[in-house]
Amino acid sequence: MEQTKEQFKFLSQHKLQTRLSGEFGDKIAKIVMQTVAIAILATLILMVILLVQMSSEAINEFGSDFLTNSTWDPISEEFGVLSFLYGTLITSILALLIAAPISVMVAIFITEILPLKLGQVLGLFVEMIAAIPSIVFGLWGLFFLAPLVRESITPFLKSTLGFLPFFQGPSFGIGILTASIILATMILPTITSITREVFKTIPQHQKEAALALGATREEMIKLAVLRPSFSGITGAIVLGFGRALGETMAVAMVIGNSSKITLSLFAPGATMSSVIANEYAEASAGLHLSSLCFVGLLLFAVTLIVNSAARFIVWKFSPLSKSERKEKRS
Amino acid sequence: MRFTCLLLAFIFAQPSFALIKVNGAGATFPYPIYSKWFSEYQKLNKDVQFNYQSIGSGGGIRQVIKETVDFGATDAPMLDKETSKVKYSIQHIPTILGAVTIAYNVEGLNGELKLDGKTLVNIYLGNIAKWNHQDIKKLNPTLNLPEKDILPVYRADGSGTTNIFTDYLATISSDFKEKVGQGKAVSWPAGIGGKGNEGVTNMVKQTPGAIGYIELAYALNNNLKTVALKNAAGNFIQPSIEGISASAAKTDIAKHGFKGSIVNAADANAYPISAFTYILLPNKAETVQLKEVKKFLLWALSDGQEFAKELHYAPLPKNLAAQLLEVVKKSGTN
Repeated sequence: MEQTKEQFKFLSQHKLQTRLSGEFGDKIAKIVMQTVAIAILATLILMVILLVQMSSEAINEFGSDFLTNSTWDPISEEFGVLSFLYGTLITSILALLIAAPISVMVAIFITEILPLKLGQVLGLFVEMIAAIPSIVFGLWGLFFLAPLVRESITPFLKSTLGFLPFFQGPSFGIGILTASIILATMILPTITSITREVFKTIPQHQKEAALALGATREEMIKLAVLRPSFSGITGAIVLGFGRALGETMAVAMVIGNSSKITLSLFAPGATMSSVIANEYAEASAGLHLSSLCFVGLLLFAVTLIVNSAARFIVWKFSPLSKSERKEKRS
Repeated sequence: MRFTCLLLAFIFAQPSFALIKVNGAGATFPYPIYSKWFSEYQKLNKDVQFNYQSIGSGGGIRQVIKETVDFGATDAPMLDKETSKVKYSIQHIPTILGAVTIAYNVEGLNGELKLDGKTLVNIYLGNIAKWNHQDIKKLNPTLNLPEKDILPVYRADGSGTTNIFTDYLATISSDFKEKVGQGKAVSWPAGIGGKGNEGVTNMVKQTPGAIGYIELAYALNNNLKTVALKNAAGNFIQPSIEGISASAAKTDIAKHGFKGSIVNAADANAYPISAFTYILLPNKAETVQLKEVKKFLLWALSDGQEFAKELHYAPLPKNLAAQLLEVVKKSGTN
């Protein structure tokens, strides 16, 4: 009797202990995960605070004039971000104009036209482009693309579109156009793979329905694939844009680094990230350094806006979440 | 048993073999010779280990101000506003001489190109845009100069090389001094920016009609043609080790704490775009590390100078090196 009582006591204690330790473990896990999650957020906030702190000297000195001034002269200590903002936007937009149509076509080709296995292989190759280090792109641009732009692409553009102000002036192979082509190559895998994911969410029966109604393959792709994934593709493009905005090394190597705003795409330019990469190491403490940090802060703001816009588009308009919402309502 | 004894001996012997670690940071330009010096010096002094990070002159100066390194290194002397941030005085010790060469790429020229400072200024200001401009023709009456665009190439990244080059151009022309000025990063009115010496070298090599300024070693290693530059005495001089050393021969640099410029030197054989690179020695109470830095400097300024030529640097003139030895010995004692 005594024995069983003790056994029971022991058992219940043991049970209690395990339950307690389970609860305790849960608590620890919760705390750890909370700390990690907060740490990520804190890193972001600390980064912004630090950037603001480091650029305070330039903010006080120039204020909003920094945004509208295109002079960047470390000797007379006059700084403005306008030409770099222009360079960043023009190269990124141009890169999108080149990369977006190609990426969508590649995605369609992989998901809809190629046999499944072959499509997977090609998809892998496209994604491997994303794994190439930025400096390798830069070297490729310097040794291969720049001479190609100088000797073939520029004469062609001048003879066909030379009446436009964008395609006038001397070309030395290094400049905004070359940088944009490099950027286009770099964001191609990003846009392609996200677009492919969007296409995957389209139900097979929808495509079959289009075909059953007598649509040709071309019409099926237009009606059943492209139209419903319009918002998803837009999101993919904006994400690619965000990546193009921040790209540094390859661009710095081929853009020609000149702080002048010119309409010609053959002329050298500079981007916000390239000027930071170029001048930070040798900047003497003071206004120059602080202005570079201010450029960084503004770049951070621009990419934040673009990325949130992309998230918003994908989240708000994606066909998947629409149907999910409908399900919830019904 | 014997093995264990050996092992124990090894373990216990280790602490008595104290390694002094000396940290330095700064200019990238002298990095090849500094690393050669450190490895040679370490062969002679096994108990010291030098760790030099070539993070750029600006970075080196910032580290010296923050006192995170035992010594700094820079191509351009520290500015007054920078020295004012340091608690103690900073002694600039020139260690070696370097030069900026003007490389060009003009196809089919039947001889070497000669330029003077004024013409070079006008090319970089964008005033001379064609290779067959009369100013260039006047200096090269026998050359078949083509009617091609000139592309001036400059350093896109802030660099001591740009500082030396703009120092020369600003010394030659007050117009340049006013419009552009002297510094590690300036706002160039014309041309294209390459990243690093290798970027400029590559741009000149690839682009017909280009002209660019690079360090001597890059021009020699890449077989680029270099301009014979007219010096203050009126002679056209190709960049050479002797020509660079000659720039520092007669100047009274010691007067300004060795910080004075030596571009456009008066010597008949001087190559006009030459400059020192410095080690920044804090003038403070001697630590173990600082003592080692001084010992090293005494070696570098005497025996170390022999290694300069093979790495395409110019050794300091003998009289200057002797002066500097005295400075290093005295530093920190006052």
